[in-house]
Amino acid sequence: MTITSLSDLKALKARIDQSASDKVKILMSLGTCGLAAGGSKVVDAIEETMASQNLGDKYEAVPVGCMGLCYCEPTIELRDNSGKSIIYGDVTAEQIPAILKAGLTGAPAGTTVVERTWYYPEDEANTQKALQARIALRNTGRINPELIEDYIQQGGYQALGKVLSGMKPADVSQLVLEANLRGRGGAGFPTGKKWQFAAAQPKGKKYMICNADEGDPGAFMDRAVLEGDPHSVLEAMTIGGYAIGSDTGIIYIRAEYPLAITRLRIAIDQAREMGFLGKNILNSGFDFDIELKYGAGAFVCGEETALIRSVEGRRGEPTVKPPFPAVQGLWKHPTVVNNVETYANVAAIIRKGAAWFKTVGTAGSPGTKVFALAGKVNHVGLVEVPMGTTLRDIIFNLGGGISKGRAFKAVQTGGPSGGCITTKNLDTPIDYETLKAIGSMMGSGGMIVMDEDDCMVNIARFFLEFTCDESCGKCTPCRIGNRRLYEMLTDICHGKGTPQTLVELRNLALVIKDTALCGLGQTSPNPVLSTLTNFADEYEAHVNEKRCPAGVCERLVRFTINEKCVGCGVCARNCPVTAITGATKKRHVINQDKCIKCGICFEKCMFKAIDKQ
Amino acid sequence: MSCDCCGKKDKALEKLMKLEPKKTTELVAFIDSLPLGNDIDANRGCLIETLHRAQTIFGYLPAEVQQLVSESLKITRSEIYGVISFYSYFTDKPIGRHKINVCCGTACFVKGANRIVDEFKSKLGIKEGETTPDKKFFLGVLRCVGACSLAPVVMVDDHVYGKVTPEMVSTILADYQD
Repeated sequence: MTITSLSDLKALKARIDQSASDKVKILMSLGTCGLAAGGSKVVDAIEETMASQNLGDKYEAVPVGCMGLCYCEPTIELRDNSGKSIIYGDVTAEQIPAILKAGLTGAPAGTTVVERTWYYPEDEANTQKALQARIALRNTGRINPELIEDYIQQGGYQALGKVLSGMKPADVSQLVLEANLRGRGGAGFPTGKKWQFAAAQPKGKKYMICNADEGDPGAFMDRAVLEGDPHSVLEAMTIGGYAIGSDTGIIYIRAEYPLAITRLRIAIDQAREMGFLGKNILNSGFDFDIELKYGAGAFVCGEETALIRSVEGRRGEPTVKPPFPAVQGLWKHPTVVNNVETYANVAAIIRKGAAWFKTVGTAGSPGTKVFALAGKVNHVGLVEVPMGTTLRDIIFNLGGGISKGRAFKAVQTGGPSGGCITTKNLDTPIDYETLKAIGSMMGSGGMIVMDEDDCMVNIARFFLEFTCDESCGKCTPCRIGNRRLYEMLTDICHGKGTPQTLVELRNLALVIKDTALCGLGQTSPNPVLSTLTNFADEYEAHVNEKRCPAGVCERLVRFTINEKCVGCGVCARNCPVTAITGATKKRHVINQDKCIKCGICFEKCMFKAIDKQ
Repeated sequence: MSCDCCGKKDKALEKLMKLEPKKTTELVAFIDSLPLGNDIDANRGCLIETLHRAQTIFGYLPAEVQQLVSESLKITRSEIYGVISFYSYFTDKPIGRHKINVCCGTACFVKGANRIVDEFKSKLGIKEGETTPDKKFFLGVLRCVGACSLAPVVMVDDHVYGKVTPEMVSTILADYQD
């Protein structure tokens, strides 16, 4: 069936609403992590229980995307039409019969009930105030991503209808600019401005690209949106296409996200069938279609000029700006590249207006940001909070504090381009500017929490190793400079650093920041600079005392033999460098000058007589 | 397909046909479905897609396949090799029947992914980027599969294992007894 006007669409929504059953919905979270955590066993149990107990007229099982509660997958939510709901975490197949028997009357004993920590600003503006506000994730975890009807029921494609039936292209860009929606990929450039630049170019071929090459280790919000609400991205790209005068959209997606690819393909087919993509959309004379292009594993392709080269089938090496892609991009045509999360906000802004969007977030950065909370935190998962929320609220309230009761040390935001933030900045309300001011950056929203067992020098080294792997090699500061930074950090971790190394480290980092060609190179020294500033004492301990305070750097570990030694000689026999000596049945000694810290003695000792410090 | 200058039948295709007739036919059918022409830039737009498909069919991208792609898309071998070596997803070395990839993204790193890699190395007796002599397992590391909540994560073929401990490594390997 083809929808040819906004009123058609509204009539369809009314029909879907009317025919919606009053059954209790069982929302089953089935994103990549839900499935990996054993979600399909729970699904089988639900289907089996419903069949064997004839619960088909009471319940409706709905597979949905990620609810963001990754720490307690598999999760399910029971919800009726009035909004009454119970969310269960860590669900097992055995619990299902009891859960379904109890329904919404209460949770059976032995199950884990999860508190809902979010609200939906779009339709629950003043009813609930929770820490999380879900705009970009408004549908993920709530609808079946493989059914376009579910999306339409949530008001889907009405923004497109509104745009095509009464707004001029320039009005659309202006509205997005007024809402001050900023690029959620990390740099925070105003999306409306980007659209205006491209719209101002002479008529002709133009491209609307979606950057779904989520390469930032520790970030998975784009995957959640694509797996849980693919239509919102398609709708926003079509709106953007109308605003800039483009008829072709391209989604550049990582080949590592097979489930997201499948769901996007389904969504594109459905949208074409209903006439939301293709020729003469909603009878407006506007044509737009979307194709998928696969990435092939290159972090630098998140940089827009590199991404464009990759779509062209070349090595993903960035090019010098200007010319900006909005002027000369894919195949030399004006091109807009926006991130998945940015697109996920667009339809809501069009429907509710710029003023509404600005009621959430801060003055300079309206709206919300999705963070992928991971690392040493109890509640690992996705959170979407208004801009201006403090890190303390995110880590200690939403994140449930540090795992295993350890002490918080730092949180790393912005991935390999960002920095580490310490306790003293936990109460800073975060947006694009404040994060930059405290030496980190928004980045795509990865947030890795670290505790006292993490060595910050080693973390900086980890990021530099990543950058060296991912540097495209085009410009010297990045190709050789980062390699040199990595070597210096390795020296420090191996106890070969001197105070002079620290001076050189900082100097070189600053030079790379100033001289590298693209965003990857210019930001790659951030992990080094921020740890040098915030954890100077750790660097000094490595360099001056040859000691790793967190006990992580193996080469700086000291093995000693304590009084539990019975003199069995196992350690001495296994030591590859004969650093252990001692008479039989007497306490042995490790010669620290000879020891290569291999740890074999530690593993072989049966009497816990070897101390590792 | 024939050579532009001398009209000879392509060597690469003949050679591949002898080695792997079924796989080659599949790849040729895919290439024939592409909108290829004399516009090299437009052909290049199909290159990464073609390499993806070729690697899915052959498991890796041997020289003969690169040559065939080069002739079909009219793009030089050197450029194709440049693309293959740039992207970590592509490989020109044969890999094992099962691809083990240990995630070494940040979240997995702070949760001890290194220990998992070490355990696989010692159990399989190979290093990262290598294949066991019986061609059964390939061991690789990758940067983030986006399942950070399950860190540390191991991906074997398309299956994701979460919250992996060194003790689980032998159980994971045992899942692939063929």
